[in-house]
Amino acid sequence: MEEYIPLLLTKYNYWVYITLMMIGLWAMIAKNNLVKKIVGMNIFQTAIILFYVSIGAKYGGTIPIIQHGPGHGHGAAQIKALAYINPLPHVLMLTAIVVSVATLGVALALVIKIHRRHRTLEEDEILEQLRES
Amino acid sequence: MKALALAIVVLVGGLLVSATVDFPDWADPNSPASRHVSPRYIEKTMEETSVPNIVTAVLADYRGYDTMFETAVVFTAGVACFLLLRRREPRPGPSRVYRHRATGVIVEMNRVPDKEPSPDVFKRIDDDWTPHDLIVMNVCRLLIPFIQLFALYVIAHGHHSPGGGFQGGVILGASVILMALSWDLRTAMLRMKETATGLMSAMGVFIYAGVGALALALGGNFLDYAALSPLLRVDPVAARSLGIFFVEVGVGLAVMATMVLIYKNLASEGRLDQGL
Amino acid sequence: MIWQIDLAVLLLVVICAVGALAVKDLMGAAILFGAYSFLMCILWAVMGAVDVAFTEASVGAGVSTVFFVAAVFRTSRRTKD
Repeated sequence: MEEYIPLLLTKYNYWVYITLMMIGLWAMIAKNNLVKKIVGMNIFQTAIILFYVSIGAKYGGTIPIIQHGPGHGHGAAQIKALAYINPLPHVLMLTAIVVSVATLGVALALVIKIHRRHRTLEEDEILEQLRES
Repeated sequence: MKALALAIVVLVGGLLVSATVDFPDWADPNSPASRHVSPRYIEKTMEETSVPNIVTAVLADYRGYDTMFETAVVFTAGVACFLLLRRREPRPGPSRVYRHRATGVIVEMNRVPDKEPSPDVFKRIDDDWTPHDLIVMNVCRLLIPFIQLFALYVIAHGHHSPGGGFQGGVILGASVILMALSWDLRTAMLRMKETATGLMSAMGVFIYAGVGALALALGGNFLDYAALSPLLRVDPVAARSLGIFFVEVGVGLAVMATMVLIYKNLASEGRLDQGL
Repeated sequence: MIWQIDLAVLLLVVICAVGALAVKDLMGAAILFGAYSFLMCILWAVMGAVDVAFTEASVGAGVSTVFFVAAVFRTSRRTKD
């Protein structure tokens, strides 16, 4: 039991991210309503983004904006990489967030289109209508 | 289905949790991700581009080719939304609802009038959503210019503070969406027409690719802004900083127009006559 | 990073995610998803990812909530699960 306590203290964040990811995955598979499925997809997406951003976090690091003197190209002679949080995961995930809202728009457009034809958002009712026709 | 889903989720979750044992500790400054590539960017960005915000510099300069296609993806999503939802035929049922401005009386006509009544006397309102809230409308009217100014600041000041084309573009789009929410969709459509949104979103991607092609024409690599320095009459380092600003403007334009386009099509089911 | 804030926000994020999926009204789900996005933005601000937090505050908590509300308003609020 003793050896698990440091593991818990250093890794519990990852476990919460995995919990969130699994909540999203479960919603995408098991939920019957299409909008709920999209909410699940977005939770899954944000959980993965959260995991990526957390890779770059550093204890004792500051935000990745370099402290500098006035004007362009002055000051900031000695920059220590350890003092700044790793910015690369942030860059990768920033664009992913904007793309996720664009895909959300397309998904909701498809939902509206499905509702226009079948007058329902429940997956089982849609499948039943498709089987009848 | 639910039992199967639960089984899959528990299995995958268990695998992932057992994999975390091999991960570096959370927020460890000596984790492999922070030791190899990123120090080079943190230490050299200021020297090479004179942009203090490393995220902006990497986004629009070092990784500019990727961001160009991210912008293209946003534009494509807007076009897909338009193609999926837009339809020309009017709403079923010819009823039109008007509010008499002086008295606040709501008039419903059960046919489309031959001649539109003067908008100064009778204001057309949505037939399924008709509250008239003076406070909400006027507070939003006062707020929108400041929101737009802030959005422009976010785009232009992305070099020195958090922000940039994506965030500023979304805020700019949100200000138009706020207009559509607090007034109605027709008012927002008068300020920003459908053709304008389509043209602006394409224009944003074009500005981005155009800056890259200009660098190519001036003898550099594609999106190598240092090649723009003879044109801008500044040294190559400042040219990279300015080039980042130009592509951020393109990104902001594309994102703003796409957000407005998607909102309009979603809120009106593609008829663009009345929204939320 | 202050681990007390971190833990409290992580707990609230999980609660919001479960709530958004459990609530029987799609409009409520949309609003809870907006709250989830905003808490996520706080989490990123705590981690020092200011640009990502800013993007999430404007995109996730702002525009995508509006998209959800618009789509639910145009379809139906009813849901069986």
